[in-house]
Amino acid sequence: MRLDELLDKLFPLGHAVAVEDQVLRGAAETAAGPVTVIGTTDHAEIGVEHALALAEAVLESTREHSGRPIVMLVDTAGQRPSRRDELLGINAYLAHLAQCLDLARRRGARLISLVYDLAVSGGFLSFGLMADRIHALPEAQVKVMDLRAMARVTKQPLERLEALSRSSPVFAPGVANYVAMGAVHGLWDGELAEHLLAALREPDGGDTRRRLGRERGGRTLADAIATRVADGRT
Amino acid sequence: MNPRESSWYEASARERLLGLLDPGSFRELLGPRARTLSPHLAQLDVPGAFDDGIAVGEGRLDGRPVLIAAQEGAFIGGSVGEAHGAKLTGLLERAAATRPAGVLLLLESGGVRLHEANAGLIAISEVIRALLGARAAGVPVIALIGGANGCFGGMGITARCCDRVIMSEEGRLALSGPEVIETVRGVEEFDSRDRALVWRTTGGKHRYLIGDADALVADSIGAFRAAAIAALGQARPNDLAALEAAHARLVRRRERYGVCPDGLDIWRTQGIDDPERLPLLEAEDFLKAVAGRAA
Repeated sequence: MRLDELLDKLFPLGHAVAVEDQVLRGAAETAAGPVTVIGTTDHAEIGVEHALALAEAVLESTREHSGRPIVMLVDTAGQRPSRRDELLGINAYLAHLAQCLDLARRRGARLISLVYDLAVSGGFLSFGLMADRIHALPEAQVKVMDLRAMARVTKQPLERLEALSRSSPVFAPGVANYVAMGAVHGLWDGELAEHLLAALREPDGGDTRRRLGRERGGRTLADAIATRVADGRT
Repeated sequence: MNPRESSWYEASARERLLGLLDPGSFRELLGPRARTLSPHLAQLDVPGAFDDGIAVGEGRLDGRPVLIAAQEGAFIGGSVGEAHGAKLTGLLERAAATRPAGVLLLLESGGVRLHEANAGLIAISEVIRALLGARAAGVPVIALIGGANGCFGGMGITARCCDRVIMSEEGRLALSGPEVIETVRGVEEFDSRDRALVWRTTGGKHRYLIGDADALVADSIGAFRAAAIAALGQARPNDLAALEAAHARLVRRRERYGVCPDGLDIWRTQGIDDPERLPLLEAEDFLKAVAGRAA
């Protein structure tokens, strides 16, 4: 879906979102009140400048409108693979962005993500995946890497990975796999503004992803293991 | 030999962990006997490990209670799969509940385990959230990095979410590994076989000089232990004022060094004479040589 069409459908009551260097920043009106909007577009490769722009918008929202919900619109091809970004410590910039979002949450802001096109690996990790609730359009793509590249790195035949990916959601790209594993709460089709409103009104239950993954059968171990360690079991 | 004198770089995860803590104080949680094997590796006929490549538990450091985790680089590069990541998340949730004097994360990891890529990515996201939850509860989380596999990918982001990062010169900390960048962008962008270049870009000394490592220590378990003891009980504020100050530092770093093509240029910009000699110096002499640099 095109970005302007997406914004109109999500925020029929009005929006003022600017795009600069593939980063979205602005605000919008919803039936539940005003929200801060941030995001990325055109399969952005997140470099230090993008991370700073997003973090600045989050800090500003926390400073000026503590507790105002933040809606994150995700379209990223992952982190920018460059020597300059690594030299500057891009991991520190992405960690900073994650911490800014966590602070906003602790100060009472609901964090809602919508993957509207592409979500890959590092760019997704410090940003969209930090939300309380992560949603996706049915045509969205979520992945760490392509199955072909995965076959090369893990030295496994592609046919084997393809066959396994039909029975297990842990390998292959695809938004349905992330739904089964509990990382994507649900898919939004039809009236996007109503989906958003429902998400904004949902009570915050902490990080529910591993419980969802267990209930949906896509990630059956994580919940029990984390809980046993948290309880101090040997 | 006294375990504290032995090399961190060459030690296994358990040797590091046992050498770091007070003798006899370690109590492992969900240890190898619990057989926390990754089912996803078995499906691919890749041998698993009974601890999925990470030991977690509790112990004492200089008499004070701590929680601790150590990633084993020899097992699939210390990579994070579903079980591995869940152990780390559980430990950090335990920290928020029990409030020890600190959490020590002995990180050595290539990031997401590609054999179970989706599960690994989600797991690291849960780790970051639990880590920031422990910090919000006032528990300092300390990263220790000095293993052969470095600390890359999502774990590189995780490390910088900690209160403090302790590194040796041999440690490496970054997001995309040099090999990945070379594969995607070509050898002109990053020659991953140029070891000196790799170290000038990702190594402990460079990370210390740009402010991403708080302490640079010699490659011994004892040196890491001393630095970890110094960091205990010292939670860094993580409120709006602290994050705005951190933001200003990162903006300044980009403005000042964003045009530098190489670590050497950054170090020279910091006012360090003869930066070419820095890679040759032992930790102690290095710290003396850079003491007067511009922040």
